[in-house]
Amino acid sequence: MHISDHSPAAQIPGGAVFPHRHLTGIEGLQPHEILFLLDEAEQWVEANRSRAQSDRRLEGITQINAFFENSTRTLLSFEIAGKRLGADVVNMHAAQSSVKKGETLIDTAVTLNAMRADVIVIRHSASGAVKLIAGKVDCPVLNAGDGWHEHPTQALLDALTIRRRTGAIAHRKVVICGDMLHSRVARSNILALTTLAAEVRVVAPSTLMPAEIERMGVTPFTDFDAALEGAEVVMMLRLQNERMNGGFIPSTREYHMRYGLTSERLKRAAPGALVMHPGPMNRGVEITSEVADDLERSAITEQVEMGVAVRMACLDVLTRRSRGVEGWA
Amino acid sequence: MTLAFVNATLVCPANGVSSGTLLVEGDRISAVGDVAVPEGAERIDVRGKLLAPGIVDLGVFAVDPAAFRAGGIVRIGLMPDQSPVLDDPGIVERAAKAGKPDLWIHPIAAATRGLAGTDLAEMATNASAGARAVATGRRWIGDSGVMRKVLRYARDCGLTVIAHAEDGGLAGGAVATEGETASRLGLPAAPSMAEALAIARDLMLVEETGAAIHFRQVTTAAGFDLVRRAKARGLPVTCGITPAHLLLSDNTLNDYRTFAHLSPPLRSEGDRQAALAAVRDGTVDVLCSGHDPRGPEEKRLPFTDSSEGMAGAETLLAFGLGLVRDEVLTLDRLFALLAVNPARVLGIDTGTLAAGSPADLVIADADAPWLISAERMAAKAGNTPFDGLPVQGKALKVMKGGRFL
Repeated sequence: MHISDHSPAAQIPGGAVFPHRHLTGIEGLQPHEILFLLDEAEQWVEANRSRAQSDRRLEGITQINAFFENSTRTLLSFEIAGKRLGADVVNMHAAQSSVKKGETLIDTAVTLNAMRADVIVIRHSASGAVKLIAGKVDCPVLNAGDGWHEHPTQALLDALTIRRRTGAIAHRKVVICGDMLHSRVARSNILALTTLAAEVRVVAPSTLMPAEIERMGVTPFTDFDAALEGAEVVMMLRLQNERMNGGFIPSTREYHMRYGLTSERLKRAAPGALVMHPGPMNRGVEITSEVADDLERSAITEQVEMGVAVRMACLDVLTRRSRGVEGWA
Repeated sequence: MTLAFVNATLVCPANGVSSGTLLVEGDRISAVGDVAVPEGAERIDVRGKLLAPGIVDLGVFAVDPAAFRAGGIVRIGLMPDQSPVLDDPGIVERAAKAGKPDLWIHPIAAATRGLAGTDLAEMATNASAGARAVATGRRWIGDSGVMRKVLRYARDCGLTVIAHAEDGGLAGGAVATEGETASRLGLPAAPSMAEALAIARDLMLVEETGAAIHFRQVTTAAGFDLVRRAKARGLPVTCGITPAHLLLSDNTLNDYRTFAHLSPPLRSEGDRQAALAAVRDGTVDVLCSGHDPRGPEEKRLPFTDSSEGMAGAETLLAFGLGLVRDEVLTLDRLFALLAVNPARVLGIDTGTLAAGSPADLVIADADAPWLISAERMAAKAGNTPFDGLPVQGKALKVMKGGRFL
């Protein structure tokens, strides 16, 4: 396929398919809206792989990546996504500047707005910060992770990976294991996967499990082995360094013993179960290298690849209205 | 000069609701009930509206005369969490005088120096400078040894200890109550049990020391149970609550509305129902506003970065009257919660319509409809979680010490 042949917007009545101005979270998205974004991303996967002539559909668009919290891979992924589509990408490393928090956050939003950004990608350490900014600017806002709340593009890229590798998401038995309490990746994934009718089990020591998580439509476990029985997808979360000792778990050694994904343990899952990890990994803690590097089982690098495609799709879809794309204006 | 309020619906926490006349001479109520209007008295026709004791708002965080006047509040118990902290006689005395002539401020001094929870503050000295109670402030005293000393020493001084009931080890950096809402929003949350744990410890210390304790805000079923049982055992314990905790649950936090960021945080629906039951059965002694006006600098922030607190003074009476309409409590008991009970905690002789009491009065229209508007509040800031809500009941006139404000 020649990349410029790809113009799904022309065929789809946009307002009905994706009526949202921003992407602040998976919450509030209908199943068909999530699938629409996945379908859009699917085509960018092919385009990226074929290294086809670049598509410049975001030419003249200013994309600001305002990262109030440090990030390497997500920032890079959004930057590549924007540039592949021809956008003028500007990175704002707010975490390193004098911009910290408070009123400054809204001031920054107002400033970005005044600079006439066309799309703003935000990461912030406070839950809800992205929504706060979204209410202050005229352009679409994309959440690149807010506090413990949501990381929607991660959930979309994970869903895309699952769909491509296993053929479907509905009714798949997915296990998410790790620090559920502090994980925005887990929250967005729970929302996306349950919306798409997957059967989701979550595993964590009780100290890292959010209250009443079962009300989000998942089955909580504290025993990883039990949760793994028959699992078709095993999604590991990163154990954050600051929580490794004393506070929430006794030690990384003990954590690995109870919640580390090893080849041995993986045998409890369904044959050929897919292994995922949002990265960066703590090898030997939540996952062994043997599992992580097993290309048959592990989709970890593919997740990174899907990340660019998903972000291209989101940037494209969210800017269609302002670009006057037929059916979206 | 005698003032005669005639055709009034008299609401007295001590003597119930009746219709009649109330006479004021100087700064005192001189007679009430079926009394003749003396010759030469100035008649004020109340036209059937409520004439009740002025509200004593226990445990506010800011001196905000316009808001208090609008809310029918004539006296406040001012929390020690001021800048500087009310832990020194000079500061206490200045606070006590700050509201004159429109407002009676009864400072509540810090129980520990700087509210740090380590060293006892000069309770007796501060009391002689005007403090009417001592408090732990917004914080819980984590060291049980210090809390024991606070209670023992306060008992010696004849002062009630006003305590914040949230176990700090559990509450830590939490901004919400553990539950589905906090989990969905990804907000740091503490289990509601943090309150009961704190209350249980303090009640054991009260039992041992004999000191009087007032829990400024109790908000959970387990907390009310503990207070209820302690009262049944005859312990000198009282507790209060704000309308927000009676009317809102943690669902209100959806969309990260920082106006609903309160301390203690909003609870589950089950706890809210338990709070209403505790008001009904008399476990709750005080209805307070928790008035804590915060401007946009402190509220227009991500939820976890925002300050807790709401502007509650202007809406306190309306919500109280709403509880009466909903038959949660009777009209005279409402004014026990709003006036005489908080006055007792502070050890001041006011809060009823008895002859000889200070002429602190409010004339209120229980049915007057109005719309709560964050933008049009008289308070220093309009941080109310009830913005846009239509309510009924309004203070029409407020009298402090025989003088209309």
